[in-house]
Amino acid sequence: MGLDIRWPIGLMFTLIGALLLIAGISDGTPPRPLPVNIDLIWGAVLLVFGILMLMGAMSGKKQGPK
Amino acid sequence: MQPIHLAWVDYTILLAYTAFVIGIGFTLRKYLKSSSDFLTSGRSIPAWVTGLAFISANLGALEVVGMAASGAQYGVATAHFYWVGAIPAMLFLAVFMMPFYYGSKARSVPEYLHMRFDGRVRCLNSISFAVMTVFASGISMDLLARMLNVLLGLDYNFGLLVTSAIVLVYVLKGGLTSAIYTEVLQFFMIVLGFSPVVWLGLKDVGGWDTLKQKLSIVAQNPAALSLGDKAYSPDAWGSAWKPILAGPEHNPMGVSVFPIVFGLGFVLSFGYWCTNFLVVQRAMAAKNMSSARRTPLIAAVPKMLFPAIVILPGMVAVALAVMPGKDYRLPPAPISAAAMSRAVADVQAASPGNAAGAYPTIKADVGLGMDQAKIAAIITDNSTKALNDSELKSRLQDAVSDTYYNGVTLSLIERYCPAGLLGLALTALLASFMSGMAGNVTAFNTIWTYDLYQAYLNPNQSDRHYFVVGQWTTVVGIILSIFCAYFASHYSNAMNVIQLVFGFVNAPLFATFLLGMFWARTTGTGAFIGLILGTCTSALYHALTIYTGGTPGLQGAYLWHMMGKDVPAACVLPSSMAQNFWLASFAFGSCFVFTALISLATARTKSDEQLKGLVYSLTPKLKDEETHFLLRPAVLATILLICCVILNIIFW
Repeated sequence: MGLDIRWPIGLMFTLIGALLLIAGISDGTPPRPLPVNIDLIWGAVLLVFGILMLMGAMSGKKQGPK
Repeated sequence: MQPIHLAWVDYTILLAYTAFVIGIGFTLRKYLKSSSDFLTSGRSIPAWVTGLAFISANLGALEVVGMAASGAQYGVATAHFYWVGAIPAMLFLAVFMMPFYYGSKARSVPEYLHMRFDGRVRCLNSISFAVMTVFASGISMDLLARMLNVLLGLDYNFGLLVTSAIVLVYVLKGGLTSAIYTEVLQFFMIVLGFSPVVWLGLKDVGGWDTLKQKLSIVAQNPAALSLGDKAYSPDAWGSAWKPILAGPEHNPMGVSVFPIVFGLGFVLSFGYWCTNFLVVQRAMAAKNMSSARRTPLIAAVPKMLFPAIVILPGMVAVALAVMPGKDYRLPPAPISAAAMSRAVADVQAASPGNAAGAYPTIKADVGLGMDQAKIAAIITDNSTKALNDSELKSRLQDAVSDTYYNGVTLSLIERYCPAGLLGLALTALLASFMSGMAGNVTAFNTIWTYDLYQAYLNPNQSDRHYFVVGQWTTVVGIILSIFCAYFASHYSNAMNVIQLVFGFVNAPLFATFLLGMFWARTTGTGAFIGLILGTCTSALYHALTIYTGGTPGLQGAYLWHMMGKDVPAACVLPSSMAQNFWLASFAFGSCFVFTALISLATARTKSDEQLKGLVYSLTPKLKDEETHFLLRPAVLATILLICCVILNIIFW
């Protein structure tokens, strides 16, 4: 129906991914039990996922509704 | 528990999610033209979307939180709720039942029952289902408001009303499509929000092999984590089948193979996945028959893998708890606000010389197990340096010795998530509560509008009329859910009784569908009376049996109690889970037998021609030949079943 769900998913996770990356880069939080900058790693994962979804939505738009 | 401190980035993620779901509702608004667009999505959604929504409608917050608790209490065997208790039923729905639901053009499960049997069966099913959805949605909202209160220090009423308003806006604007889209969004939130927590937890423990080794320590001395006073064999937490095959006394679930395979794997599982309109509605919204049939098959893939996200955290938590160097404690049971203020007054009144004398009073006022040495230390410290109110409260909370297993997931989120990831994980949890409400409200809408209002109260109106009724039903459904949330928060015992009764109603339901779909001779009278007698059997079974350690009453066996007799040994089951699985088995058996016998004794009211498309033997078989061999539902289902068997063997 009308809206391709990949748009909101892609936009939202691109945004959240970017936010986590920023939080990971400017890491001022106290050290956790594991020395892993998880915000940085996971931010990158979410950003890639979000962009892939957006690319899917764009290619879907090009093909037009079946 | 102290409220968690959230940073700007966490609030931004929370607000972004809220903005997106409301945005989806408003965007979809312009596509809604008829009651069917609003209530059944106009049968227009692609299979991957309905598939993920199908699984997401079931992946409520209760599941995320509860399955981690079970993972901690029972280990790998909890995965039976997925590999035995879901996958086979989902595959059966796709291959055998979806053709009737979708092909009959029924708009709901009760409407199918009307076509197959008669109005009585439809009425019975729709009323019980409508009431159930409202209560389920209320319970979900009550827990959400409590969680917001504990986590963020938000006022209960404010939290409840704001989250309900958000759900109201997006369901009212976008109808079922909006609920389905939000469920897909929530699916990705849960998977992407919890995966890093699980990964970090596993890394913290030292990998899968170390985890299994630590779980063997838990199994041999579960009393150390207050998981019962029995010792089990080392693999009781780390294996899925070995402890079950060894017998009910050798596994913490207290169940044997038959109740797992028949009670859970057949009766309860098929009863839920194949007849519950909440999940089936997602598949019915698919754009065509092959998408509808693929919906449960697509859903089966993540369902099979979910134990890694929802059960593993619980296992990680108990393993961490037995590793002294990790400085991790399983979350203590929370003290309610009223009990806390009584306990604080007790501590202030106690004299340091008589700490031992004050202990029983404090313990009774709190109503939970308390550590005596910690209480004595609090009383002594309070008399020497007069602890302030918040210090007293946090130390009293720390002195609770009972474990709160439902808090395991949150305790891991708190342990591993820095600002940012914390926002993502918490938003995922909140999102699943809200979509739990939205899912129930949309199912309630359809049932009320089509199965009760249009069918019995006000038929033959224009489509526009039912569209408006559907929208008003959304508002009423949300208001009723809010009432139920308050009811649940004030009368938790009454709520337990209500849930128990729903259990009675649901247990026999699959027998009715099985006979109806596969035996043309089944009559409406047979189905109606069989269903009622099946429900009575559940109630009777519950009234006669109890589990070890249970008290007669809500936990069963109250008939013996009323007759002034002791419960006979044969009626005492090893665990509440075993009682539940056996109850379902008896209810199904009795409904099956009564429906069949009464059908044979009564005349058929529907001809073969009328049952075409509703009963297996009278329906032309669907031709899958044009579809690629690997995409045919039966072939896909077989492949998925093999994968499921392999998973069972790996974790045997």
